[in-house]
Amino acid sequence: MPEPAGITTDQVAHLARLSRLALADDELEALAAQLGVILGAVAQIGEVTDAADVPPTTHAVPVENVVRPDVVRPSLPPAAVLAGAPEAEDGRFRVPQILEDEDVEDSA
Amino acid sequence: MTYETDLQEFEPVLGLETHVELGTASKMFCSCATAFGAEPNTQTCPVCLGLPGALPVVNAQAIESTVRIGLALHCTIASWCRFARKNYFYPDMPKNFQTSQYDEPLCSDGYLDVEVPVEGGAPETVRIPIERVHLEEDTGKSLHVGGATGRIHGASHSLVDYNRAGIPLVEIVTRPVTGTGTRPAEVAKAYVTALRDLLRGLDVSDVRMEQGSMRCDVNVSLNRPGEPWGTRSETKNVNSLRSVERAVRSEVERQAGRLRAGERIVQETRHFSEATGSSSPGRSKEEATDYRYFPEPDLVPVAPDPAWVARLRDALPEPPAERRRRLVDQLGLPELDAQAMVNAGVLDLVLATVEAGAPAGEARNWWLQTLAQAANTAGVEPAELPITPAQVARLAALVAEGTLTAGLARQVAEGVLAGEGEPDEVVAGRGLAVVSDEGALGEAVDAAIAAQPGVADKVRGGKVQAVGALVGAVMKATRGQADASVVRRLLLERLGVEG
Amino acid sequence: MSTDLTRRTAAETAAAIAGREVSAVEVAQAHLDRIAAVDDRLHAFLHVDSEGALAQAARVDAGEVAGPLAGVPLALKDVLCTEGVPTTVGSKMLEGWRPPYDATVTARLKAAGVVILGKTNMDEFAMGSSTEHSAYGPTHNPWDLTRIPGGSGGGSAAAVAAYEAPLAVGTDTGGSIRQPAAVTGTIGVKPTYGGVSRYGLVAFSSSLDQAGPCARTVLDAALLHAVIAGHDPADSTSIDAPVPPVVEAARQGASGEGLAGLRVGVVRELSGEGYATGVQERFDEAVELLRGLGAEVREVSCPHFGYALAAYYLIAPSEASSNLARFDGVRYGLRVGDDGSRSLEEVTALTRGRGFGAEVKRRIVLGTYALSSGYYDAYYGQAQKVRTLITRDFTSAFEQVDVLVSPAAPTVAFPLGDKLADPLAMYRQDLATIPSNLYGGPAMSLPCGLSDGLPVGLQIMAPTMRDELLYRVGAAFEAARPAPVPPLSWES
Repeated sequence: MPEPAGITTDQVAHLARLSRLALADDELEALAAQLGVILGAVAQIGEVTDAADVPPTTHAVPVENVVRPDVVRPSLPPAAVLAGAPEAEDGRFRVPQILEDEDVEDSA
Repeated sequence: MTYETDLQEFEPVLGLETHVELGTASKMFCSCATAFGAEPNTQTCPVCLGLPGALPVVNAQAIESTVRIGLALHCTIASWCRFARKNYFYPDMPKNFQTSQYDEPLCSDGYLDVEVPVEGGAPETVRIPIERVHLEEDTGKSLHVGGATGRIHGASHSLVDYNRAGIPLVEIVTRPVTGTGTRPAEVAKAYVTALRDLLRGLDVSDVRMEQGSMRCDVNVSLNRPGEPWGTRSETKNVNSLRSVERAVRSEVERQAGRLRAGERIVQETRHFSEATGSSSPGRSKEEATDYRYFPEPDLVPVAPDPAWVARLRDALPEPPAERRRRLVDQLGLPELDAQAMVNAGVLDLVLATVEAGAPAGEARNWWLQTLAQAANTAGVEPAELPITPAQVARLAALVAEGTLTAGLARQVAEGVLAGEGEPDEVVAGRGLAVVSDEGALGEAVDAAIAAQPGVADKVRGGKVQAVGALVGAVMKATRGQADASVVRRLLLERLGVEG
Repeated sequence: MSTDLTRRTAAETAAAIAGREVSAVEVAQAHLDRIAAVDDRLHAFLHVDSEGALAQAARVDAGEVAGPLAGVPLALKDVLCTEGVPTTVGSKMLEGWRPPYDATVTARLKAAGVVILGKTNMDEFAMGSSTEHSAYGPTHNPWDLTRIPGGSGGGSAAAVAAYEAPLAVGTDTGGSIRQPAAVTGTIGVKPTYGGVSRYGLVAFSSSLDQAGPCARTVLDAALLHAVIAGHDPADSTSIDAPVPPVVEAARQGASGEGLAGLRVGVVRELSGEGYATGVQERFDEAVELLRGLGAEVREVSCPHFGYALAAYYLIAPSEASSNLARFDGVRYGLRVGDDGSRSLEEVTALTRGRGFGAEVKRRIVLGTYALSSGYYDAYYGQAQKVRTLITRDFTSAFEQVDVLVSPAAPTVAFPLGDKLADPLAMYRQDLATIPSNLYGGPAMSLPCGLSDGLPVGLQIMAPTMRDELLYRVGAAFEAARPAPVPPLSWES
């Protein structure tokens, strides 16, 4: 069981890194304080003892096996695909230098 | 210190993860085409681009192919399972999460019996335990620009193409493989080879490692006998059968070296280089990535109908190993011969060539000799040569019908390998057909007689064997394309001698 | 029927256009003029598409497209994709973004001849209960410009309340259609989850989001519901079944036959502490009115409803933290800080830091936490179990009664700025609406009177797939107690 409520600025900083959010120091502190309060309220979810043997909800309406046939349909025209791109080059999306090489493959 | 001595001192534990791109017409969660080699970003839509508001819909064929793979690997097929989101940021992943499967894979707990070649002996059968087979989506591709090698390190920027994003990907994961003794590299290579053959036989993917439709990650750890398993390393970017073997070897050597020196093995991801045959460390991560898996709320559970699964099981093709055994028996290939072909990695090719109509002996000779040599020179596996069993069978047929001599057939084979087309096209293109037309040969015959009057006299005088020199001269003059027996008959006729 | 084209109901307008008494173009123009006249003070609209609206109206007049709502103007919450027309989701992250495709809801509206006037203001990424978290400034409540119009769909509700459009489409994840309806004196319906396609609805919380109708009358809402609802193969979670007979039920309810035989349950846990006195009083009167119409009313207990807020504020931010990961400055939207000296990781972090507002960042961090290793079981996992218990509360309640009722919101419209410093106070606006989202059942808010001159909403909840019950009960109630009309004193 994790410690109840309360969240440190370090924890918030870690979560901000995980979710790629650049936060200023004062934002970090304010966020930690607010989240502490919110967590205090939502942590009461742990009080529900009769939840132990209950299955978690998968879907509001029980539907299974929704599939589509393996048929090709037209794609978006590349002009439309790149239209909203902050930066494009040679028909591809251009991004600045990537630092992390998680799961990366060599070019083409 | 070498691989062999390392394995006297340490016990290896292997783990292999294989990603296979299914050969479906459309993508996993949308209807974009999956064809290889299209212009960048021409096979994308709101779904596979991860545009705001887009939603996935499962490709029925992908489910079927995955179930068939699981059945062929003797897995239990889940009666109910879900997709899950694997959350992390990377530009080639449009949603910055991958829709995959986590604790509910479609198939689990199977095995694959693999024949591992043994030099000068019968192959050894090893049972590789399969932990899971699950379904996920492939990522886009990034071109790293500005660095020296096209690798990510040192690049100034990258260009992303999402054509590949969303193509169905099956992930096959083994349980830790122990007891490989002194042959982990051979076992690993044999497993990946057998897996590839199985998948090809199921017709679910073209499994071209060089095109990326089958990719391997190799996990290796070492421990001293009696001690617990060591820390494992993961080597990615292993793109050929040869590399699988080399990756295992190089990791065994690297880890053994460190362990002997009293150093720790760091859990890390390494990148394999075809060029150097070894791996280099990736960026070490500060902490293991927390993927924050949770069930994919945009998709509903998959519950394969048991009766349907049973029908798929019944309709599975004959497993490659059994097919091989059956054909070897049928063809009456001596045991040792079959082994030689297994060892050279050409048994399936030989069998396929026979199935395409060639006599067993011819098929065997082609693959064990000319083509094995060609593969060696090119530094590839025989199966990777750009010549098919059907084409080899055609070559054998052309020789049998007299259109080609053995020597000419080898030239035609070169042409096929060089991409000049089908055997018949190469014959026509290079003008290599055996010439047996007497009219066409007449000139060359007369010229040879005229050029060697002494020999001609000898033949007229009764020394019939001497005609050989004249036959040789005609063969040379016709660049080997003359039908030698016809040439001999013509010469003897002209010289007025009985043959 | 009013001579002022903007004061008519959608049903009246549709009939007038079909009967050629007035053209669709005239109607469209009248509403565009109305928007031009009043929206500077309301700020309900983020984008007005005059060209598109008039072109669609012309198509209706030319007979190229027809249907029960052909030619009727509508305001569309800016969370739904409209091809070629800006879709901001109330965020700087998507400022100026023009989707290359229509949401299924958008496409169905267009195919039905509905005239989309423009996109309405909302709390950024649908996270909020006051529309104050819009990156483009808040919308003002037409009943009192100093007050909030509710959220996240305050723009849609205000547009309808102020006669800028007879219809609007909103989306409801925790109450974002119903609570604005309650505080603006309009009608808002969240259909059964899966009843309306989510394809093209920019996702906030995938297992909860649902688009639905906003209108001034129950029949109008039903007509709109029938147009947008129905199975969509592009949405794997959409229900493959006929749309419930909502229009028929609305007509039946209004027919005067009363509610004899209907069993109504008052949810004990959705009243009392946390609910303003005036709200409670109007609600109690509404319950009496239902009794007067012949309904059998009793109190019902849903013991886990007290945990609904906690479950919601774990499930929704978790799903949102994943849904919003795609906004990284790579393929569309804002990109900040790419001056050649920074890595992609830094540019993404700066872009998201600048492009998202405080409430969105709060929820992303909260959601990331609730899903993280070591916390998943206690937070997200536990919340999904409590959700099952809440669902069971509903199903057992619906064994005793046909519909459940409660106040739609705990307070009337509060002043702008009042709850910005206290996120929890803001979250509590959703106390009554959240349970239906967790269960997936349909729910409606409709006006049931005023408290201190401000509207109060009655919430009706029905079992999943029984949306028509809302319309029958709602129409009967409406016929007995017509909705109060806003004074709009600020207009002159």
